[in-house]
Formats: sequence, C-alpha cells, structure tokens
Amino acid sequence: MLRFLIKRLLLASTTLVAISIVTFLLFFAVPTSPAWVMCGRNCSPERIAQVEQSLGLDQPITTQYTDFVKGVFAGRTFDDAGTIRECDAPCLGYSFRSQEPVTDSLARTLPVTLSIVIGAMVVFLTVGIGLGMLAALRKGSVFDRVAIGASVGFASTQTYTLGGVLLLVLVYSTGILPNPSYTPITENPLAWASGLLLPWITLGLINSALYARLSRAQMIETLTEDFVRTARAKGLPARTVNRRHALRAAITPLVTIAGVDLGSYLGGVVITESVFSLNGIGRAAADAVADLNLPLVMATVLVAAFFIVTMNIIVDMLYAVIDPRVRLG
Amino acid sequence: MTTSTSPAAATVDPEAYLQVRDLRVQFPTEDGLVRAVDGVTFSVRRGQTLGIVGESGSGKSVTSMSILGLHNPDRTKISGEISVGGKNIVGMKEEQIRRLRGKDMAMIFQDPLSALHPYYKVGVQIAEAYKVHHPSASKKAATTRAVEMLDRVGIPQPQRRANQYPHEFSGGMRQRAMIAMALVNDPALLIADEPTTALDVTVQAQILELLEDLQREFQSAIIMITHDLGVVSQVADDVLVMYGGRPVETGSVEQIMKRPQHPYTWGLLASVPSLHGDANVDLVPIKGNPPSLINLPTGCAFNPRCRYAGQNGNRSFSEVPELRSAGEAGHQVACHMSFETRQRLYAEDIAHAGVAQ
Repeated sequence: MLRFLIKRLLLASTTLVAISIVTFLLFFAVPTSPAWVMCGRNCSPERIAQVEQSLGLDQPITTQYTDFVKGVFAGRTFDDAGTIRECDAPCLGYSFRSQEPVTDSLARTLPVTLSIVIGAMVVFLTVGIGLGMLAALRKGSVFDRVAIGASVGFASTQTYTLGGVLLLVLVYSTGILPNPSYTPITENPLAWASGLLLPWITLGLINSALYARLSRAQMIETLTEDFVRTARAKGLPARTVNRRHALRAAITPLVTIAGVDLGSYLGGVVITESVFSLNGIGRAAADAVADLNLPLVMATVLVAAFFIVTMNIIVDMLYAVIDPRVRLG
Repeated sequence: MTTSTSPAAATVDPEAYLQVRDLRVQFPTEDGLVRAVDGVTFSVRRGQTLGIVGESGSGKSVTSMSILGLHNPDRTKISGEISVGGKNIVGMKEEQIRRLRGKDMAMIFQDPLSALHPYYKVGVQIAEAYKVHHPSASKKAATTRAVEMLDRVGIPQPQRRANQYPHEFSGGMRQRAMIAMALVNDPALLIADEPTTALDVTVQAQILELLEDLQREFQSAIIMITHDLGVVSQVADDVLVMYGGRPVETGSVEQIMKRPQHPYTWGLLASVPSLHGDANVDLVPIKGNPPSLINLPTGCAFNPRCRYAGQNGNRSFSEVPELRSAGEAGHQVACHMSFETRQRLYAEDIAHAGVAQ
C-alpha cells in the first residue's frame, strides 16, 4: 500500500510538472502578448515594452518558468518599476489584470466551485444511482421505461438549456427560488444552500441521467451473475439478495466513474458557473485564457490537473478497499 | 415385454423425497414459446442419487432450477408437480419456496468461482446461509457452524480459511466451500449442477467422493446434473437421459450404462473415450447440434441426428415416441424401434466404441 502510494505520488508530481511546462509553452505559442490585451489598441510600442517588462515577459521563457517554479516553492520578489512586492511561497504570481495575488483569487473562487460540485454530486449520485437501480430491478416495467426515457431526454439536454429554462421558470417568472448566488457555508448555511439550489439541480439532473443509465446497465448485468443466483438459492430474501449481493457488486465500477468525474468537476464547471453567474474557478480559468492572464492560467490549469490526478489515486486506493481481489502494487 | 399405459405413473416412487410428475417449463419469448422442459417425470429417494444427463439445452438445468423455484414466475409457465418432502413447489408462493430453499433443498453450481460472491469472505457467505434459516442463531454461532462445515468438507485450517476470500481458494477448495455452504442446513435434497465440470480431473474424483461420503452421512437425495457419463457411472443409482426437454431414456445406472436402448444414449456413450478399453478404437460423435427448443423437429425430436431414423416407415418424423418399458423393470425408453432391432444395432455399431465398451 505504502509502496503503491509513493509510486503514484511520484507519477502524479511528474504529471503536474509536465502539464505546467506544456501550459507555459502553449501560452507563449499564442501570437499575441498580454501587454497588448492590457494596454489596449492605441498603445505605443514603448508603452507595450514597458508593460511587458513590468510583467517580466521580456525575460527568456526558461527564466520565466524557473522563476515561477521558484515562487511556488520558495516565494519570490517582484520589482514593478521600483515597487517591491514580496510574494511568499506558495507564490503563483499576481494576476496581470487585477494585480491580485493568484493564491487569493484561488481562495475566492475554489470554494464556489467546490460547493456547486459537492451539492450536484449528492443529487446525481442519489437520484441517478437510485433510479438506475430501481429501474434495473423492475426491468421492462412502466417505471423502467419512464425513468430511462426521461434520462435519455436529460442526457441530451445541455446545461445552458436546462439551466436557462429553470432560471426562467423558478426565478424570473415565479420567484420560487432566489437568484443563484454564493454565500460561504460558514457564514449562513441556509443562504448557501438556497443560493446554490439551482446549479445543483441543473448539474445534478443532467448527470443523474448518465448515472441512471450506467447503474441500470451495471445492475442488470450483475443480477445475471452466478453469485446472485447462489444468494437466491440459499433462501435469502429478495431484498437481501439485491442489496447485499447485487448492489454491492454493481456499484464498484460506478465508484471509479464518480471519482474521476469529481476530479474533473473540481477543476471548474465553466458552463454551470457562467449560466448562473457564479464566480467559480472554471469561470476564472476561462476569463484568464481570454485575457492572456498567464499567472491565473497556470494556477487554474494546475489546480484542475491536481484534482484529476489526486482523485485518480484516491479511486485506485478505494477500489482496493471495496474489492478484495484488487492488490495494490 | 410389458408396455406401460401411463408412463408418467410408472416411474414415480410414492415414498421418494422428491417426486416430479409431468413437469413442463415454458418461457414465452419474442421469438416464440421456448419449451425448455416438456413432460419430465422422475423421483429420488433419500440416500439415492439420480443422474440427469444430456447436452446443453436438453432441459436439465432448467429442471433443477424449477425444483428450487428459481425461475421468475412472471416470465415462466410451469405445470406439473414438484413434490419436495410432500410439499408441491409448483404454484407455491415465493415466500414459502424461499423458506425451503437452502434448507430442505440446496444447490451446488458448476463454476464455484463465479458462484461465490467475490467481495465476501467464504466463512461469512456460509454463515449467511445458516443464519437465514436459523434467525435465532447468534452471529458467533453461525460463524462457528461455518468453520465446522469447512472442516467437514475437508478444508484444512478451516478457521483461517473461513477468513479468506473465494479468490484465495483453489478450484477444488472453492467447490468444497460451495458444498459446505449447500449442506450447512442439512438439506434433504441436494442438486449438483455439473459440480466437477470446471475442475481438474484429479480434483473431480475427490469432489465426487466427498459428495458420496456426505450422502451416506446425511442421507440426502442427490440429483447430479452432468453431461459426463463417467461421473454418472461413478455416483448415480438411477439415470435420466434428456433430449430437447424430454426424457428419452431412464433406468438404473447399470441398465443405462450396460444395456442402453436409445440411439441418443448410444451416441453419448460412444463419443466418450474409455480409460479401460482399447485406446485405438474410434469414437463415434453425435452429428449435428441440439435442436431449438422453440421449434422441435416433428416426430421424434432426435430424428435429424439419428442414424436409424426411418426404420419404422414414417413414424420417426410424424409421431412423438412415448416412454415405454425397455424390457427390464424400471428401464424405459422413448424410441420407435423395436426391442429386437435395438439389440441388433447396439451389438453391431455401438458396443465397441468409447465408454460403451
């Protein structure tokens, strides 16, 4: 177990380093400069050079990258035309646009995304897997057909469509729900929940559809397994057979999918955040790319990669806990 | 030679623990009605073993599943009578059958690796089987009982083994564990569905010996479902040969192995190599494939594959042969050919091939 963990952590850090290098290179492959974006259309070449110098963009790429890495681990000092700014480790630099430390902007946006994703996950894991399992147990029934029919509908709906319709119906027309907003849970849990209910429902329902279909298929397959027949032949009641024997086996592959999904969602749910005007990390990333805001691009890409890599390790370890046949090594 | 007028009545022993009369199991499907079992009658006493023999799709597994009442009643039409210890399973409520399952009748399956749950320890799975029929037993008592059973079926270090998962067992040990689970409630009837097919030949014999041993101890009635006539000759007292969902020959193991009367039984015997006979003798395979259970050939279902079809004019193709006495008491066969013709053909074509020698 420990050996496995060390091996995977090494691999994970290598992945993160590789991603940071590629992101850096890609950024400079774009045939434009952040200075042009910041300075505007009618900027003199001297002014642009000045801006570039203040952002450190006049340095060679390798120097910029090593400075960045140094900042992350040891902190660095910025000298902006005489203004000295000490940036302590882990220093991800300052936003080109707002001059806000990138770590602050992560601390501001990450909890928003985290709140959206965790809530939506609760919705789609319970609704999706619940419906899928029930549909599998009543395969061919009216319930099964309605549930699976509806899931095809939801699965082919986009977040902006469903989100827009829900906003229109539940907020603008009837006022049943407040306009989506983010309140930290530590401040007011009720406001936190009511403000995020709509994104939870939207993201939750669309993913529920997928999870319902996956879990239904998984459960139907498991119900035909020999060990389920054995459980019935022992004289166990149907409820015990379904829960203890079939469900337990059917849910294992779903853990993998849910874990990887969680990892990729934590890196930002751009469309959901945009539809409901919530300032999550996904929107921050999208804006950073549009603004050529290198420090923020680097930070958001690395955060997203970090979650994906970490969740993959967690899923693999969880798998070994669930399935005794899996040995980590 | 006596010809019985009611073949069904002739073979049921009223004293037997399991009595199956004219069992018919049908599955309505989109392609048509599958007649998986079409009129099977047999009985097994406690302490006796009945071998049910046939190819895949002959209805043997479906028969055993109906005895445990494991078919989905919504998708299955069952008629006839299955009397287990005097209680008719056919038409019984699921909850009532469930109480009998695993307690009065138990089953061992072909592949013990897939038949055991991969996520639960072997001891836990056996204890669960005990606990469901002994609700008042403590968890500890159930576990103790599980270890006892593992010990009884010849698993060394049962205490330690009970704490292991099925994948940590070898094939033979796994099947022993499966047997321990099936016998944990002392069932009077044990159905073994191809219990040795997935095992090494050396382990096969051990498992069969274990079953015989346990049968002597618990006086259980055993149904041994197999396509392996070697297994049948080793453990069975009586044999039922099935083809296309129907019984084609039934009798004592000696009658079936030594004086088989049906060309299908001949085919089964002549296609298996014998360990004791001449190794150079050609085997005679049964040509063709088992028939579709939706569309059985008219007349004798075996006629497209039978070398002797048409010996009696058109009857093989137009008339379904009934089980009739084959000469000796308890020996019945469903074949249109006369006793004399069969004797002659057997001596000429079959007697020297495969295990038939």
